[in-house]
Amino acid sequence: MGYVERISSDKFERWPGKASMLRRLDFELTERCNNNCIHCSINLPADDPSALERELSAGEVRRMLTEVAALGGMEARFTGGEPLLREDFEELYLFARRLGLKVMIFTNGRLIDRRLADLFAKIPPLIPIEITVYGMHSDSYEDVTRVKGSFAQFRRGLELLRQRNVPFAIKTALLPPNREEIDELESFAADIPWMDAPPQRVVFLEKRCRRDDPEKDRRIEAMRLSPEEALAVITRRADRYRKEMYEFCGKFLGPPGDRLFPCGAGHGGSVDAYGRLEPCLGLRAPELTYDLRNGSLKEAVLDFFPRVRVMRASNAEYLRRCARCFLKSLCDQCPARSWNETGALDRPLEFQCSLTHLQAQWLGLLRPGEHGWEIEDWPSRIGHIPRENPSCRL
Amino acid sequence: MTGPVSLEKIYAPSDDIVAREIEGEIIIVPLTAGIGNIDDELFTLNETGRAVWKLLDGKKSLRQVTEELSEAYEGAEIDQDVLGFVSELAKRRILVEVS
Ligand code: SF4
Repeated sequence: MGYVERISSDKFERWPGKASMLRRLDFELTERCNNNCIHCSINLPADDPSALERELSAGEVRRMLTEVAALGGMEARFTGGEPLLREDFEELYLFARRLGLKVMIFTNGRLIDRRLADLFAKIPPLIPIEITVYGMHSDSYEDVTRVKGSFAQFRRGLELLRQRNVPFAIKTALLPPNREEIDELESFAADIPWMDAPPQRVVFLEKRCRRDDPEKDRRIEAMRLSPEEALAVITRRADRYRKEMYEFCGKFLGPPGDRLFPCGAGHGGSVDAYGRLEPCLGLRAPELTYDLRNGSLKEAVLDFFPRVRVMRASNAEYLRRCARCFLKSLCDQCPARSWNETGALDRPLEFQCSLTHLQAQWLGLLRPGEHGWEIEDWPSRIGHIPRENPSCRL
Repeated sequence: MTGPVSLEKIYAPSDDIVAREIEGEIIIVPLTAGIGNIDDELFTLNETGRAVWKLLDGKKSLRQVTEELSEAYEGAEIDQDVLGFVSELAKRRILVEVS
């Protein structure tokens, strides 16, 4: 007779009716970063005095972590900026782990020293640490980060984890200095024992999510791939992509209607460095934030999130296109991205729209010239996704 | 301290884990490395396990635990269940012997 059953935490919701109130809370522990990446949508200088003064204290973060555990949450994500810049990172990490939370860490890896690597080896985060790789060589890497010596520090951090068998995964943002290195990056990733898929890569560069720097936004826009270039990246492992999409499309495609958050935002949430809770990481619209410094997570979960979840789009163009578009789940248009790009939550986004239509054509869901919002017989289109040949068969 | 599990010994949850009670389930989350076989492994207890777990306070011997349980679960094979449960969790370092 087995008295103990092994489960993985993502299966925790399998008990009917026993889903925790909040599975995970993201903590953007700081907006400061020790890199100064050319494309970054969030970073402030590592010693930014105003950020330092306004950031949540360790006590405030501890209080919020305690609430996450009390609400049945299983995970905390520590991100930034660069979360390891916080002097109290270790304290907060241990506090979260001792509450029985798994900790997901997003980092550039530069501040992982022997002491921290030893800590992760002894008390593991229980989720592979996610490290962003900005280039495979010091030139390309530092052309992105604009910090001399950052490449060597990042590689050292990675090796310290590897030597101690601390699971990590790498991901990247495709940028002019590193675009030619994607094969090299994938070979590097294939040697990382904890990665069973190619590294995630950001193909669409977000503008400043605080909408605070129009000049930087212009520079970010200038570095973006065209939709055609993005498609080539997305489909470079054609068989794998087609297989994944075949399953995805069968499950998720269909017009979303006018609900602004068909993704179900608000089942997790994100606290920014100053205590503002948002329904998801990156959604900075002030009207969608809840001040956790002056409120409780429970109230946010019971009162604020449900109000967000039922919000409806009102923009006429959105209602004409996105609300009726059967490709919506394939498309990266979302309220957060819409707000970053346009200052409104419900606008179709032209890059995402073009890329989604190119993907749909590639998958055989659309003919050239057709639009996702005009297709009445979309269920039969999904049934016709070709498994072998990427060209359109309609 | 280790050795064969017996009813005369006292056991308690190890400092290497965190036990959480969520919606009536007991979820055991590894704190230190090497408790689970894979990195994201958690553990949950069956009904018998939960009943035993709640009595393992680091003060009662397993015999006292079985006596308490036999009042609630008449006729069940309590001794065997308690020994089986404690052996399984001690092997995984989820429970430790305290005396
Ligand atoms: S593909 Fe275009 S119309 Fe469809 S959801 Fe995306 S942005 Fe909206």
